[in-house]
Amino acid sequence: MTSLSRYTLNRIAGAIPTLFVVIAAAFFIVHAAPGGPFDEERRLPPDIERNIERAYHLDETTAEQFWHYLRGLASGDLGPSYRYRDYTVGELIAGALPLSLWLGAMAMLLALIVGVGAGTLAALRHNTFIDRAVSAVAMVGISVPIFVLAPLMVLIFAVFLNWLPASWTGTAGPLRLVMPVIALALPQIAYIARLTRASMIQVLGSDFVRTARAQGLSTVTIVRVHALKPAMLPLLSYMGPAIASVLTGSVVVESVFGIPGIGQFFVRGALNRDYTLVLGITILVAVLVITLNLLVDLLYGFLDPRIRRR
Amino acid sequence: MSQIPSPASFLRGRLLSLCLLWLIALLGCSEGPTSDSSYTMLQRGNGDEPESLDMHKTRSTEAGDVQRDLGEGLIGYTPAGELVPAAAESWQLSADGLQYDFSLREDARWSNGEPVTAHDFVYSFRRLVDPDTAAVYVQSVEQIVNAADIVAGNLPIDALGVEAMDAHTLRIRLQQAVPYFLDLLTHPSMFPLHRASVQVHGAAHARPGNLVSNGAYRLTAWEVGSYIELERNEFFHDAANVAIDQVRHHVTSEPMAELNRFRAGELHTTRTIPPAAFQQMRQDRPHEVRVSPALGVYFFGFNMTKSPFANAPTLRRALSMALDRETIVEKIIGRGEAPAYGWVPYGTPNYEPRRYDWAEWESEARYQRARELYREAGYGPDNPLQAELRYNTSDTHQKVALAAQSMWREVLGADITLINEEFQVLLANVMQKEVTQIVRLNWNGDYNDAQTFLGTLESTNPSNFTGYNSDEFDTLMQKAATRNDPDVRKVFLEEAERVMLEDYPLIPIYFFVNKSMVSEQVRGWGDNILNYHYSQHLSLDGKQGVSDL
Repeated sequence: MTSLSRYTLNRIAGAIPTLFVVIAAAFFIVHAAPGGPFDEERRLPPDIERNIERAYHLDETTAEQFWHYLRGLASGDLGPSYRYRDYTVGELIAGALPLSLWLGAMAMLLALIVGVGAGTLAALRHNTFIDRAVSAVAMVGISVPIFVLAPLMVLIFAVFLNWLPASWTGTAGPLRLVMPVIALALPQIAYIARLTRASMIQVLGSDFVRTARAQGLSTVTIVRVHALKPAMLPLLSYMGPAIASVLTGSVVVESVFGIPGIGQFFVRGALNRDYTLVLGITILVAVLVITLNLLVDLLYGFLDPRIRRR
Repeated sequence: MSQIPSPASFLRGRLLSLCLLWLIALLGCSEGPTSDSSYTMLQRGNGDEPESLDMHKTRSTEAGDVQRDLGEGLIGYTPAGELVPAAAESWQLSADGLQYDFSLREDARWSNGEPVTAHDFVYSFRRLVDPDTAAVYVQSVEQIVNAADIVAGNLPIDALGVEAMDAHTLRIRLQQAVPYFLDLLTHPSMFPLHRASVQVHGAAHARPGNLVSNGAYRLTAWEVGSYIELERNEFFHDAANVAIDQVRHHVTSEPMAELNRFRAGELHTTRTIPPAAFQQMRQDRPHEVRVSPALGVYFFGFNMTKSPFANAPTLRRALSMALDRETIVEKIIGRGEAPAYGWVPYGTPNYEPRRYDWAEWESEARYQRARELYREAGYGPDNPLQAELRYNTSDTHQKVALAAQSMWREVLGADITLINEEFQVLLANVMQKEVTQIVRLNWNGDYNDAQTFLGTLESTNPSNFTGYNSDEFDTLMQKAATRNDPDVRKVFLEEAERVMLEDYPLIPIYFFVNKSMVSEQVRGWGDNILNYHYSQHLSLDGKQGVSDL
């Protein structure tokens, strides 16, 4: 067994207790929250409440419910959803995940292209107008929340200019992807641009770049061949969690554009005390974060030969 | 390991090709139904995602609106909100008010062409009360003979007082006269179910491809989080008068986003109109703003079981009189809501709502009296009332709470602290009656009768938020419940409301309105207090729907 595959296997084995802790914490936290999935202003008479609690195992103690849940989980069953009563959590996730993954991947790709491009440009034109403009726009991108930006985009591009559909179902064509993808990508573009700029400035000031310059290499060659690789390192550690969060969608983007994605399930599930749905999404996100972090660590080796040698 | 390109080399000099790839991918994923121009398609904003389409597992208005398109009960409503025969052609009520005999239409069909029979109704009613179904809306049929005992698990489901006399005659026996029973029958819980498909598909029977329905439409697609799509049921007995071929009920949980979709021409109707945009819409698109009285009231409830509000009617009254409801509805909400000086909304049939005698007073006179009462209750500048008002997270609730806080401070000098809680927390606290002192809530009627409002204040009602417990009120409600004569019943109910208002267990603030954007293209939209708008009554542009005839 190579050291790399042993390392990978160790990491995967180490992830299992982490995952268990995440599941247990999430389970007891959502169950500790006051109120239940069937509470409304209109209270149910005791007989009816009892029937519902029995049907959904809510009459058991929290520990019994946890055991019940774990047993289901072991056989791959995430349980029924309390809020979306015609579906199981597995079905809801399976139905919404492909679209969320697709949109998230597009958004992340866009964010990388624009963010790294803008960040590099700003670093090369350090302390000029371009640099300040990029930093300012990135600052705005980070601080203006998407629940302000997304409706504003709709108002401008769909209601006033009528260039793009206001929602996912407004057209069947690819135009319906444009605003959701941009809305998902914007905060990431801002972060990535800032990270790239900062680390690129550092790399460009380092000795090996100065040596390269002294040898008469052009700026483009220096950036492409020598600077970009090390400058990507800080970005890479940010990418693991960032990709996980973008891939699992955003409740704001989804509810503004009417997209049938994963993001809405998390927030609405929590608000509605849809215990199983919240847990299902938590597990999904945890698995994604763990996997992506592992992937990122493996990628470090490719980017930085010093890490590979160790 | 070496086959995998490193990200850096991947990025290197390939930005352009990446951009291109991204665009191609973007353009490449066009999908969705192709539209046919001869088809009429209605796009409705439906608010939150319905919790289910199983007739027995829902009680939200969002689910009900889709279910009323899919199914048909014994009785339905006209666009104006009047009862009309639906799956039943006619009915007879026995002299004692305890037995209904319904004659069903012989031409009623399921969406698979099979006839709808009395047995389908019997099956559905039995499933509704079956403890294993765990239905959420059973309390409204508890007056059917043996229903409560079956729900409690004491009797088998076939003991229910609902029988098929023959294929087209359904008998329902009640243990007590229920004057609003026909209204109850319009609820989706009382729709028939197609037994064979429920038995085959079980919990998944209400999904596209599985659901067999008997209404004007059948279910063709359900994108959770996006829309529910229905197509006209060609077997529906009145299919000739159904103008719209296809209906999409869109999930629109954000009112502002819903309005933008409407303004972009993607929706024909909306669930609501956000307060922030209401005045502008009224100016820009006056013909598309539809507002009508609703069956709901916004109120503050007192915790009647704990200090400082237990046994303090004078104090409660002072707080109620000190609130300027006109300012709240005009300046804060501003969508045509009516200030509430009573509990039962205007427009409930066979009922004359009671109102506080001081409702007509000048505001200064009201405040003067409020201050006197406040002093009588033992409070004053040196000893101000200190209490907490809880509300759940929402812009509107926060504004109303802030207004109330400042009105109480200005008029009485009371020191009220505002506490914001998540809705499930708020409800849990209300029911525990420990920490809650004053709480913001609203109550919406399920059926158009004063009972649905007054009943919540009976001491035994599970939805009694305030802990109000009055023998006089309970006795009047009991008397009303046992009277079959609507005129006698009305007297008891009205007296009950008067008694309750005098006790001040709550502060009614305003009566809700139904508010929707309805495109000028849509015909047949009738305003009604229940806010029911069956798609089968609507048509687009010149195409006539039944309701226009």
